[in-house]
Amino acid sequence: MPLSTGKSLLIIAVVSVVTFLTRVIPFLLFPKGKEIPPLIKYLGAVLPPAVIGMLVIYCLKSVNLFVYPHAAPELIAAAVVVILHIWKRNNLLSIGVGTVLYMFLIQQVFI
Amino acid sequence: MKKKGYVRAFKAAFPYTIPVLTGYLFIGFAFGVMFQEKGYNFLWAIFMSVVVYAGSGQYLAVNFFVPGIRFVDVIFMTFMVNVRHIFYGLSLLERFGRAGKKRAYMIFSLTDETYSLLCTTKIPEGVAEDKFLFAIALLDHLYWIAGSAIGAIAGAVIPFNAQGIDFAMTALFIVIFTEQWLAGGKRIPAVIGVVSAVLFRILCGSDNFVLPSMICIMICLVSSRKYIEKNSEKGEDTYAA
Repeated sequence: MPLSTGKSLLIIAVVSVVTFLTRVIPFLLFPKGKEIPPLIKYLGAVLPPAVIGMLVIYCLKSVNLFVYPHAAPELIAAAVVVILHIWKRNNLLSIGVGTVLYMFLIQQVFI
Repeated sequence: MKKKGYVRAFKAAFPYTIPVLTGYLFIGFAFGVMFQEKGYNFLWAIFMSVVVYAGSGQYLAVNFFVPGIRFVDVIFMTFMVNVRHIFYGLSLLERFGRAGKKRAYMIFSLTDETYSLLCTTKIPEGVAEDKFLFAIALLDHLYWIAGSAIGAIAGAVIPFNAQGIDFAMTALFIVIFTEQWLAGGKRIPAVIGVVSAVLFRILCGSDNFVLPSMICIMICLVSSRKYIEKNSEKGEDTYAA
C-alpha cells in the first residue's frame, strides 16, 4: 500500500461523499413534499431519453475514426444490436449477440 | 406478507438486471485488478465498491492512492467525473418520494445503468413500485461489489480472453435507446442527447465533453419546450413519463 490505512480510508470517504453529493443535489433542491415546478417536471420527463443518447456516445468516447480500425468493430456491433433488437425485441438476445460479436471482432478480425 | 412482497419484487426485477450483471461483473473485475495492483487487497476493493459505487469514479480514484495527493484535487476530479449525475435525480423526484425509508439508498445507488433501468422499465403487475425499484438498485450494487471482489482476488488471471466484454454496457444503452425510439415518444430529446454528445466529443475531446454536453442538452430541452410539448399534444411525440 502506497499510503497509510488512515489516509487511504480518508480518500475513500471523500470520494464516497462527493459521489453521493452529485446524486443527491436535485433531491436537496426539490425536497419531498415541496411542489415541483412545471419546468422541472418537464425536464424530469424529457431528460432520460437525452441522457441515454448521451451515454451511448459516452460508452463509445474512446473510438478514433481516423486510426485503424476506424471504429469498425464498434459500428458493426452497434448496428447488429439495433437491427437484431428491431427484429426480435429481446433485450438479452440483442446485448448477448452484440457483445460476443464485438469480442470476436476485436480479438480475431481487427487485430 | 411484507417479506413476500420483496421476494416477488426481486424475482420480477432480476431478468431486467441481467445485462447489468454481465457488464458490472467485468467492469467491476477490472477495477478490482487495478486496485489490487496498487497494493490494496480484496477487502479494500469490496469496501470501496460498497461505499462509493461509481464505475468511472472508482477507476479514476485508483490514481488518488499516491503519496502527496491533495484532497482538493480528489474532490474536484471526483466531482467532475460524476457531474452528469446531478441531472439524474430530476427524473426520479416523485418516484423516490414514494420510496419511504429506502429513499436515501435509492439516491446513493443512482449509477448510469440503474438510472436507465429505473426510468425505462415498466413495473410488472402485482409488484409494488418501491420494492421493484429497490430490487433493481440493490441487485446492480451487488453485481458491482461481486465483480470488484473477484477482480481483486483473481488479480490478472482471467480464465479466458475477456477483452471487449465491457461492450455489454454499451449494448445495454443502445438497446434502451432503440426501445425508446421504437416506442414513438421522446424522439426529439433523444436526438438532442446524441447530437450534443457527438458535437462536444469532437470539440472538447474524450475526457472533457460530458459537462458541456449536459449543459447543451439542458439548454436545448428548455428552449424547445413549447415545441416538444406541442408535439406531444398532437400525439406525435409524447413526453409524459
